Amino acid sequence: MRERKGVFVTVGTTSFDKLVAAVDSEPVKAALFRRGFSHLQIQIGRGTYIPSKVSGEDGELEVDYFTFSPTIADHLTAASLVISHAGSGSIFETLRLGKPLVVVVNEDLMDNHQAELAEELADRKHLFFARGPHLLAQTIESMDLESLVPYTPGNPKNIADQIDAFFGFSSPGEGSDQKGGEGEGASVSKISKLFSFFFR
Amino acid sequence: MEPDFLTIIALIVSLLVIRVTYVLYWTGRPFKRAPTTSLRTMIVLGSGGHTAEMLSIVNVLQKDKYAPRSYVAALTDNMSLQKAQVYEESLQNHENNVDKKRGGAQFMQIYRSREVGQSYITSIGTTIVAIIHAMWIVLKLRPQVILCNGPGTCIPLCACAYLLKIIGWRWCTTIYIESIARVKKLSLSGFLLYKLPLADQFFVQWPLLQQKFPRSQYAGRVM
Repeated sequence: MRERKGVFVTVGTTSFDKLVAAVDSEPVKAALFRRGFSHLQIQIGRGTYIPSKVSGEDGELEVDYFTFSPTIADHLTAASLVISHAGSGSIFETLRLGKPLVVVVNEDLMDNHQAELAEELADRKHLFFARGPHLLAQTIESMDLESLVPYTPGNPKNIADQIDAFFGFSSPGEGSDQKGGEGEGASVSKISKLFSFFFR
Repeated sequence: MEPDFLTIIALIVSLLVIRVTYVLYWTGRPFKRAPTTSLRTMIVLGSGGHTAEMLSIVNVLQKDKYAPRSYVAALTDNMSLQKAQVYEESLQNHENNVDKKRGGAQFMQIYRSREVGQSYITSIGTTIVAIIHAMWIVLKLRPQVILCNGPGTCIPLCACAYLLKIIGWRWCTTIYIESIARVKKLSLSGFLLYKLPLADQFFVQWPLLQQKFPRSQYAGRVM
């Protein structure tokens, strides 16, 4: 009886039939089974391709699917491997949970800037990257899960502090706001008054 | 002797040149003195990851300094304003909120300049509509700060705010944070705001972009 290790596939709010079809194909299911996974849950989003449910009784990969759920957090948490489209939301939600991730790029999208993000994170060894659904099987066969480096989440506070600094607001915990010479705000209102005089 | 038509035109053009030079000089220069009241802040939301990123930034801002807040999303974007409303409502349950005194958060929708896949010819008409609508929104909301991170809806809004800045009607600081999904190239909105330049502060979330666009700031990633 093999250990229960689940794979979760997500396409976010998009329609990515080619990925769902690839995951539902024998080569990918066989690859996942060979790598020790026991069941597969596919979130198909707005897609129209319906995968075949498999009970897994005959010593094969169990397969189930659904369209949407209010939050996929529970599915991500329960999974031992996540296969996702290249949306930044799905990617970072998965990385924050520290789950092994394979990102598959949708080549049918115009202006595929999403691939840039997945590529960069793959270069930094935070996830595995397949340039299209047709490369998924070989990515799964060859991936070395031990080689993954955990992703350290960023902190928006750094940007918020820079914005505060621009206005002269002190960050919380510091002293009072900067005082200084006459700001450009005051000069602006003088010029504004001059202008409304001209343009009246 | 009365000034003739050409002299008046020359005078207006000169004043405009002086004013534009002044605005360009001050664009991007930090405030010398912190504002004594909170700043009216407009937050531009967009589909996909844009809203999630923007809300993660708004979440760490000092709410009493950036208030009242207004959120603007495209008419065809149903989820973003909902997420923003849920977020603002969660703030109401906290003690330190100044909004009750200064007025609560507002939520508005704007016509898109161009839908995905729309023909470029009809886009001219819809862009004009979007610009007029943007001007109406900016005049109504009177932002002192605009926060945006890339959706096309931000261009007409930032352009109108900048125009009002030039004619001396209102001074608005535009802060742009390029999306985390932009690693090697800027989005079209980002590129325009960087080059024209319309933004006072321009953040990128990957070091390579900061090198390519030296006037931008890299202050880490938001997620």
